[in-house]
Amino acid sequence: MTCCPTDLAPDATEAFSGNIQQWVRLNPAGLRTLELIVPGICEPSHIQIIEKQLKRLAELETARVNLSRKGVSATWRHEGFDPARILQELMVLGFVSRPIDPSLSGVDDDALLSRALLRAVAVSGFAAANVMLLSVSVWSGAEGATRDLFHWISAAIALPTVAYAGRPFFRSAVRAVSSGQMNMDVPISLAVCLAALMSLFETFNHGETAYFDASVTLLFFLLTGRYLDHLMRARARSAISQMLSLASTSASILGDDGIAREIPADSLGAGMTMLIAAGERLAADGIVAKGESEIERSVVTGETLPVVVRPGSQVLAGMLNLTGPLHVKISAAGQDTFLSEVVSLLSMAEQNRSRYVRLADRLARVYSPAVHVIAGLALGGWLWRTGGDWHTSLMVAMAVLVITCPCALGLAVPAVHVVASSTLFRRGAMIKDGAALEKLASVDTVIFDKTGTLTLGRPRLIGPAQISEEALAVAAGLAQASRHPLSKAICDAARERDLVPASVEATQEHPGRGLSGRYGSEDVKMGSRAWCGIAADGSQAFPEFALVIGSRSSTVFTFEDQLRPDARKTVDELKNRGIEVRILSGDRAAAVRHAAVAVGIEMWQAEMTPKSKLEHLEALKATGRKVLMVGDGLNDAPALAAGTTSMAPSSATDIGRTAADTVFFGDSLSPIIASLDVSKNAERLSLQNFLLAAGYNLLAVPIAAAGLASPLIAAIAMSTSSIIVIANSLRLGMERRSFARSTVNSRHTGSWVAKEMPA
Amino acid sequence: MNILLILIPAALLLGGVGLLAFMWSLRSRQYEDLEGAANRILFDDEKPGVENRPKTF
Repeated sequence: MTCCPTDLAPDATEAFSGNIQQWVRLNPAGLRTLELIVPGICEPSHIQIIEKQLKRLAELETARVNLSRKGVSATWRHEGFDPARILQELMVLGFVSRPIDPSLSGVDDDALLSRALLRAVAVSGFAAANVMLLSVSVWSGAEGATRDLFHWISAAIALPTVAYAGRPFFRSAVRAVSSGQMNMDVPISLAVCLAALMSLFETFNHGETAYFDASVTLLFFLLTGRYLDHLMRARARSAISQMLSLASTSASILGDDGIAREIPADSLGAGMTMLIAAGERLAADGIVAKGESEIERSVVTGETLPVVVRPGSQVLAGMLNLTGPLHVKISAAGQDTFLSEVVSLLSMAEQNRSRYVRLADRLARVYSPAVHVIAGLALGGWLWRTGGDWHTSLMVAMAVLVITCPCALGLAVPAVHVVASSTLFRRGAMIKDGAALEKLASVDTVIFDKTGTLTLGRPRLIGPAQISEEALAVAAGLAQASRHPLSKAICDAARERDLVPASVEATQEHPGRGLSGRYGSEDVKMGSRAWCGIAADGSQAFPEFALVIGSRSSTVFTFEDQLRPDARKTVDELKNRGIEVRILSGDRAAAVRHAAVAVGIEMWQAEMTPKSKLEHLEALKATGRKVLMVGDGLNDAPALAAGTTSMAPSSATDIGRTAADTVFFGDSLSPIIASLDVSKNAERLSLQNFLLAAGYNLLAVPIAAAGLASPLIAAIAMSTSSIIVIANSLRLGMERRSFARSTVNSRHTGSWVAKEMPA
Repeated sequence: MNILLILIPAALLLGGVGLLAFMWSLRSRQYEDLEGAANRILFDDEKPGVENRPKTF
């Protein structure tokens, strides 16, 4: 699917093979439902194509494409219907699909919460409109019994609304106060409740002024802000849950009777013997008991060179078995396995990180006490001036609270964040929540992992032009049969030169050594130097394959892990912004040095373990630096969680994507620059919004404290500040759009160079 | 002022109908695929979804 702006992890696009029945949900009415994720859905026409194709399955009651979620949900009643046929029909169209369980991935919870919030928005919106209608009548001169009637009707609408729609704020305010904290919800709850109760008291006493409209409109604006905030997080979460792979959910185990059977990965136990075929990933840590093969460890440790394993070698979950079948005895699930070490480091790093206080709450810590002090002063002042008239004084204090209510703030920050996150999504980065966006704005150091982050994690043949056509064609002929990543790289290189692979017969894969076959009348061998009988020259900085054709010619193919196309440019752009760039890699020093020189990074460290990466980051943070960690592997996960904030490519491991705050798509690193720029703009706009709202309140406070604020003035003040703030937030989207245009132009004219020169 | 006895209930009723209609649309999951819904309106050659197909087993 080349039309998609996003690419998914390789695991997510692998065809699903397994028992599909376990994903079918049966509801009490006898309806069976299957939810599928179809990563290939990316444009509106796919809705029609897929739904038309699924009509061919007569048993289906409904089959509906969800374009936002990139999914299909199908329902049917007939018990005998095989749901695998849905996957087959999709496959006919070229769409790979796999089943998901919405309740497991957290998507169900998000949908429930978002529906509850929308309901509260609707109720408060209904109440606000009706109460405002009645209030306008009062303001335009209703008197006596008519005014009382209007107030009573308003009370009948407003009080239940406050009780229903105000719950999210009350809950959060109570939680904050009981833990001795202050957040924005405390003054909000106070203002809403006080306004409603004081107005009820007024209504009882046939009073002139009631603030029912203020309390419900406040709720309506604030709930809208809260819904926007939730929408942003839910969107990111559902997209990330789609990427979680189903890889190694089962493993085949050798029984005592010598017969192999499939069991789910979570019921694997120590002492069992796993059978791992060539090309399979390991589901658990263990010791090789039988067999010889090569293991690719880049996902786990960042090393690009495959290693040979023999009986007695230790292997870890997530590693890829390349050449030969292995019997692996699962080691004790104790504290000493690699994965459990990573997980415990990860949870340690996450604990340290939860101390972050969001911008809105930081502002609230200053703002809320100030508001409460002003309201208290107004109350005291009026008590003193009127000689103990509690009624008037309380009304004034309440007016102050209503007018200074941080309504615009509750709306301002989420509005900016939603605009920012959708701008970034278009440019290839997905931010998990608003806090991540705020943290990105403060970054002054960027740390890259090498394998899979600065590089694509795919080996590529070095200098294919210097290799004779015959050698490459024969090598490709041999390599076709192999799943070894270097074999694939050879096939790619042959394809790029438009070579047809030579026909090699009797191809055999020799675990841990290489391949052999017959080319015409000659024996050919490809693999390690020892296997081909070529003397080692001792350099071994890069992965290599040797090839001998009969006894007449020998060639050595050298491979390198290809850098991402714009790695150099991204590093330059970061440096131009005054950001320090470093590499922390688990790979060998020679490989890391090579990559560091190629992209222009002076500070790098090689052969890092997950623990030393974590320690390096903690040490940097202790000196006051704000670190953005960019990484993908299992070994990066603790560092991703420990960084001030973190990014992972969408090709990262599940654990890496989950630990990172932001996930970016595609082969380009440009989303990193985009995220930093957009986050800076978003922070500036959020602060601007805060100042606008606070400045507005500053004007209104003297009026309220002087006792001159009528409910009409309060209503106007509140609505105008909210509208101003939203309009200001939308500017972010406009700026970015014109920026996007200008970068497109500059790419055409090649003016990137001009940008890199000192001003 | 008797007109109020009609106008106020009428206003509340209309507002209430709007609210109920919104709740119904929320409940019937019309907000789950806003992107898809925006595009479905443009399809005109046939009815969307398998549910509209005549049931001929």
